[in-house]
Amino acid sequence: MADKPVVVVGAGPAGLCAAIELKKAGAPVVLLDENDKPGGQLFKQIHKFFGSREHKAGTRGFDIGTGLLDESLRLGIDVRLKTEVVGVDPGLRVWAVEDRGRSYLLEASRLVIATGATENALSFPGWTLPGVMTAGCAQTLVNVYRVLPGKRVLIIGSGNVGVIVGYQLMQAGAEVVGVVEAAPTLGGYGVHTAKLARAGVPFHVRTTVARAEGGESLERATIVGLDDSFKPLPGTERTLEVDTICLAVGLTPSVELPSLAGCATTYVPELGGRMPLHDEYMRSSVEEVYVVGDTAGVEEASTAMEEGRLAGIHAAWSLGYLDDAAMEAGAAETRRRLDALRQGVFGKKRFDAKSRVLEESHNR
Amino acid sequence: MLKTSNRVADHAVLGAAPEAADVEIFLDGQPITAKEGEPVMSALVAAGVTVFRHTAKGSPRRMFCGIGRCTDCVMKVDGVPGVRTCVTRVAPGMRVERQDGKGNWSEGAEDGR
Ligand SMILES: Cc1cc2nc3c(=O)[nH]c(=O)nc-3n(C[C@H](O)[C@H](O)[C@H](O)COP(=O)(O)OP(=O)(O)OC[C@H]3O[C@@H](n4cnc5c(N)ncnc54)[C@H](O)[C@@H]3O)c2cc1C
Ligand code: FES
Repeated sequence: MADKPVVVVGAGPAGLCAAIELKKAGAPVVLLDENDKPGGQLFKQIHKFFGSREHKAGTRGFDIGTGLLDESLRLGIDVRLKTEVVGVDPGLRVWAVEDRGRSYLLEASRLVIATGATENALSFPGWTLPGVMTAGCAQTLVNVYRVLPGKRVLIIGSGNVGVIVGYQLMQAGAEVVGVVEAAPTLGGYGVHTAKLARAGVPFHVRTTVARAEGGESLERATIVGLDDSFKPLPGTERTLEVDTICLAVGLTPSVELPSLAGCATTYVPELGGRMPLHDEYMRSSVEEVYVVGDTAGVEEASTAMEEGRLAGIHAAWSLGYLDDAAMEAGAAETRRRLDALRQGVFGKKRFDAKSRVLEESHNR
Repeated sequence: MLKTSNRVADHAVLGAAPEAADVEIFLDGQPITAKEGEPVMSALVAAGVTVFRHTAKGSPRRMFCGIGRCTDCVMKVDGVPGVRTCVTRVAPGMRVERQDGKGNWSEGAEDGR
């Protein structure tokens, strides 16, 4: 058995679950996160999740986060906060910077990368004006710090992030003047979209933002209709008075650390673009390195948690902390829950995309 | 100036705002009441501040990602320019200043963050 710990980078839902499974199996584990609070994106999520009961449907994201946190504390996991990982070398040495001041190296027996995803930007004339921000920025301000970034908001992108953040801004007292979607159909789950629609928020499909204007900060946004080839349609411009534009135009897996670790990547549009290849145990092309959660293809918190568990179980087995039967049983159970999460119109697309990733990983 | 408050006191899901002690910070010399434990960014947004800095070409900036990734929100904090205000917590008496371009260091300022 190893004396070097398994190092888990990122204490979002994926990393927390990986660390919990490792610790439960008795493996030494160190969990690192650059924030001063674990939980990743979960603490911004104040709405009820859905799915089956075993996936904590009906539970709000921050409650799920608190539950995972309590469990990790109870298990006595070595969680190091305010610790940013800035490098990994092929010998599995992890370069950590604590509190932006102290830098040290950690030798890992296995590495689990759970660093999440980064929100995409969208450039248009005026996009740098104060008042234009990512949806996640607005969500952090309103749900974590309880401060409203603006009063009249235009949302760009009708996926789940866009409609959920729009609704949360309304709950906090802002007015959402519209949701703009370039595609011909809306992107979010029906329940979330319906909440905004019921409140009378107009949805504009086949539409994009043409420009943002204002003196020292955002005052107006002009939106424009699009034709079938996504070209602006002359004569369809409309100007809305807004002080905030939230960009909810997708997430891209954070692949910096997997790249440094030498993990092979592939391009999967349904999962956010370039992402590391992984097998059915979440192992990357580098045998000792696992990738889980949004880093391994953008999905949602519930799938991130299951992927984390899968990697934790397999890594514990690979170091001799679980026997074959326990590992196979744990992995099969986790995979069954993952498959259940990847159903329905949206889930099926992700299921097919993930299947392609596994296939490509095996054919290498 | 700076009388506005954009704080959400009562919230349908989150309930009443948690108790947090007031902390006084200064923006370009003007006092602002912040809440203990929050980042400079949210204290400024709460106070209705819409411009955090100007680029070298004079274009205004505020914040963009809110989680320390993009550097849109950088300001001069306690004499040190280029500090990401979205991931820097307020401290009593903290001096926050708008910077132009890359800004400049104050005499004797130390990069402790
Ligand atoms: C604005 C927004 C809204 C969302 N809303 C929902 C929702 O409502 N429901 C849902 O299911 N999903 C939602 N998601 C998707 C969300 O990303 C996933 O659900 C889930 O949080 C992914 O978990 P994760 O553990 O992979 O990543 P994250 O939760 O992002 O956690 C990653 C962690 O890694 C840390 N980290 C990153 N890099 C480093 C480093 N170099 N060193 C140290 N630490 C590092 C980060 O600080 C973070 O704590 C949303 C995402 C965003 C951006
Ligand atoms: S707003 Fe992006 S780093 Fe602060």
